[in-house]
Amino acid sequence: MLVEIGHAALWLAAALAILQMVSGALALRDAPGEPSPYALYARPAAVVQALLAAVAFATLLHAFAVTDLSVKLVATNSHSMKPFLYKLTGTWGNHEGSMLLWVTVLALSGGLLAFAERRLPERTMSATLAVQGFVALGFYTFLLLSSNPFERLPGPVAEGIGLNPLLQDIGLAVHPPTLYVGYVGLSVAFSLAMGALITREVNPNFAKVMRPWVLGAWVFLTFGITAGSYWAYYELGWGGWWFWDPVENASLMPWLAATALLHSVSVLAARDALRTWTIMLGVVAFSMSMLGTFLVRSGVLTSVHAFAVDPERGTLLLVLLGLYIGGSLAIFALRASSIAEGKRFTATSREGALVVNNVMLCAILAIVLLGTLYPLLTEAFDVRVSVGPPYFNPASAIFAIPMFMVMAVGPLLRWKDDSPARIGPELALLGAIALVAVALVAFLGDYPVLPTLGLALAAALAVAALLPLKGRRLTRVPTATWGMVMAHFGVAVALFGMASESAFTQERLAAIAPGEIEEISGWTVQLESVDPVSGPNWTAMEARLSVSRDGGEPVILRPQARNFWSPAQATSESSLLTRWDGQLYAVIGDAAGVGADGKLRWQLRVWWKPFVTFIWYGGLLIAFGGVLAIVGRVQVDLRRRKAVRVGAERRDEKAALAGSRPAAPEPAE
Amino acid sequence: MSGAQATSPRNPLNRVWVWVPLILFIGFGALAGFMLTQPKDDLVVSQMVGKPLPAFDLRPATQGLPGASADDFRDGKPRLLNIWASWCLPCIAEAPQLEALKASGVEIVGIAIRDRPEDVATFLERHGNPYSRIGADDRSEVQLELGSSGVPETFVIDGQGIIRHQHIGDIRESDVPTLLEKVREAQ
Amino acid sequence: MSLPRTLALFLLLIAAPLSAQDAVPPAPYAYTQLEDPAQEAKATALMQTLRCLKCQSQSIADSDAPMAGDMRHQVRSRIAAGQEPAEIRAWLVDRYGDYVSYQPEVSATTWPLFAIPALFFAIALLVLARRLGRERSDDTKAGDAV
Repeated sequence: MLVEIGHAALWLAAALAILQMVSGALALRDAPGEPSPYALYARPAAVVQALLAAVAFATLLHAFAVTDLSVKLVATNSHSMKPFLYKLTGTWGNHEGSMLLWVTVLALSGGLLAFAERRLPERTMSATLAVQGFVALGFYTFLLLSSNPFERLPGPVAEGIGLNPLLQDIGLAVHPPTLYVGYVGLSVAFSLAMGALITREVNPNFAKVMRPWVLGAWVFLTFGITAGSYWAYYELGWGGWWFWDPVENASLMPWLAATALLHSVSVLAARDALRTWTIMLGVVAFSMSMLGTFLVRSGVLTSVHAFAVDPERGTLLLVLLGLYIGGSLAIFALRASSIAEGKRFTATSREGALVVNNVMLCAILAIVLLGTLYPLLTEAFDVRVSVGPPYFNPASAIFAIPMFMVMAVGPLLRWKDDSPARIGPELALLGAIALVAVALVAFLGDYPVLPTLGLALAAALAVAALLPLKGRRLTRVPTATWGMVMAHFGVAVALFGMASESAFTQERLAAIAPGEIEEISGWTVQLESVDPVSGPNWTAMEARLSVSRDGGEPVILRPQARNFWSPAQATSESSLLTRWDGQLYAVIGDAAGVGADGKLRWQLRVWWKPFVTFIWYGGLLIAFGGVLAIVGRVQVDLRRRKAVRVGAERRDEKAALAGSRPAAPEPAE
Repeated sequence: MSGAQATSPRNPLNRVWVWVPLILFIGFGALAGFMLTQPKDDLVVSQMVGKPLPAFDLRPATQGLPGASADDFRDGKPRLLNIWASWCLPCIAEAPQLEALKASGVEIVGIAIRDRPEDVATFLERHGNPYSRIGADDRSEVQLELGSSGVPETFVIDGQGIIRHQHIGDIRESDVPTLLEKVREAQ
Repeated sequence: MSLPRTLALFLLLIAAPLSAQDAVPPAPYAYTQLEDPAQEAKATALMQTLRCLKCQSQSIADSDAPMAGDMRHQVRSRIAAGQEPAEIRAWLVDRYGDYVSYQPEVSATTWPLFAIPALFFAIALLVLARRLGRERSDDTKAGDAV
């Protein structure tokens, strides 16, 4: 019964999305400035819709929690013996459930926007809500017509099929929802951009409204990608943390666009420049999250066997993509020429540096897009090619290296116009640091070019990120500036981790019997024993490894080779030992036969990855920097509101003092 | 704000570039739409078709049958080269079709991938033996030489030892006439 | 959107050997390194750029699929026998086409992968030159778009 309520709630939400869209659109027919009677319905429709979507999601969550095997989705993706946490997270471990989560987050943020946002002109708000309703309607249609999560089976089955063991991990609880919040935040930014474009309100006021949504979306994307990378790193059992797989690229592309957008929207808010550019990036960022959805769920790319692929779904998604992206790009092309570009600035100004970085980020985005789609293009001509890390790494580095260099000096420049000579000492310092780093790495050994450059840039960037604090009273630095410093420092930290992992990783593969010892980078690894163990829905061979560094106190690691029985699948559970300067990564493989001494040997894989953890520490710092920036902006906003209120109170007091006579209008504070 | 968002006299190039994203997107839409209509095939086709069989000489995969070598294919008679394994489920499914091909007078040489003699024997006992000889390829070496990426796969080899055709996946009943035709063409 | 990473994990499903697969121990060099660190480094670098044919979107250096193990064995034995990585790549491309290599070479089918980034570079320079390469700006006139 609950499931039917959820299904009905979803249909009602779709109906409200129509109301929101129509109401918002009709309000635009009235002349600017006049309150439109139609506009009345858009905000409540969005808010109620959010509640209905939440109800729908809650009912599905409940069906998974109690393993209601009369629901098709539960029967095909869950199992009564699964641990409770993974029953819950399994709700979004499949196509339909994840789509419902995405739609729910979309409705919730639409509701929040409608409920809380009062700074924009009503007309722009109406247009924004109309676009938001239009986007939501498309996804409701998709969900209800081709991916209904609430479908019942004719009768309940005895047992469910179960969830892919690789997904039975805390990673599934964290990673997809955060990414969805990020993608959906970009849809709000898109709606706002379209609203402003349609009503010709592309100005700093609009940028200030858009900025928290972009920042919020970007924080969640950053966190989601970071978490996903770490999840793959420990779950896949080979120590890789980024594979340039199409599905990974699908999450990276919106992040690149959002990074460019958040810098551009800041320029628009602060300096009233880069108007068309900001709108364009707003469209591109959302396009990239839509494109990712399409590539992953339509089955056009080779990588995407996972979700049951269905041409009907692909077609529907392509239609939605055409409507939203094609439509918005057409409106953009028609309207862009009516928007003046805004204030001017010189090359050596903070805006100039931001423009360089924006262009470079877009170029990297274009490279990733090209490399991801190219195999699809050649397949149309019956030629199959593979594009992988050996292409993506150098091709994106061509643009990333100049970007990092400009990123180091950009925050030191003044707005509008500055002279390079003013920051001469800082430039010399950063150049010297980079050169020393290159020399040091070259002295240590013969390492490839890209990791060496990465290490040098990381060193220079880390110092550069802190330079904006130089000569300032740290207690008086605005929170938003701390956010920037933190995020830029995080980029340096992550870059250092990536370059270090790539240059210095040591690998040891061996087939050894219990009692034998392997050595790797100062670590001694002894295989003590291999024993069978079992969990709720798996059995495993668990190795007991005693590891010690330079003869120090031994630590026990227990990697497992697991066999799940529903569905039947083998996984490697790696065991990690984290130290400040890196991670020891151990995996136990299959039995490797009996050695000459008559003892059974086991495949053992051990890596020492210096500073690999810095990749994710850096990602977290970047996300935290974004949080600080949001907090800083909200602080400023609240302070400003308070100042306005205090000013108004003073006026009232003066008016009261002046007796009953109406006071003369005073200049604003 | 620099005044109203009025149109100022602008470079004609700007009018062009605002349409570029839309044009690129339409291009992508056309490609994606086309690809959606195409049947999805994930087959990795061997580039060795039309080239001579690479040299190999494999020990027998089980007792009672000889091993296989490239020289066996140079006597003027076309044959099928079947890549299979006793642990592969689709190989069970294609066993009757291999029997049918054998009954039509086609000689089938097997290459067993990463297999144990006792498992091969059990498989042949259970599902019939259509093979004249089976070579054991314990490290997929010959499979890699042939450009084959999975089991089962079947190659048509002509009498001069040239690879004429590759069939990827298990042989269905509907594939038998095609394969017979290819063998006849390879005469 | 999707579960991008989740999907990457799903792909492994296809790659992960089911215990019911084959009972033969892996080839000697599938899970064993070469003695010479320089040779092993060469082999590893090559293996990371070769595509596992049984799995989707994984290199043979990141896969437990038996066939990936056999390919690693081929790579390591050939390196040990003195072959150059480029020769081994060419040997595989001759058999499986460009699909087997993650490192596209300039060819009739892949030249746009190299030409288009060069075009991006030119466009990026052009955009920057147009946007930034002007003489001092004056705020009185609303400027051109990017």
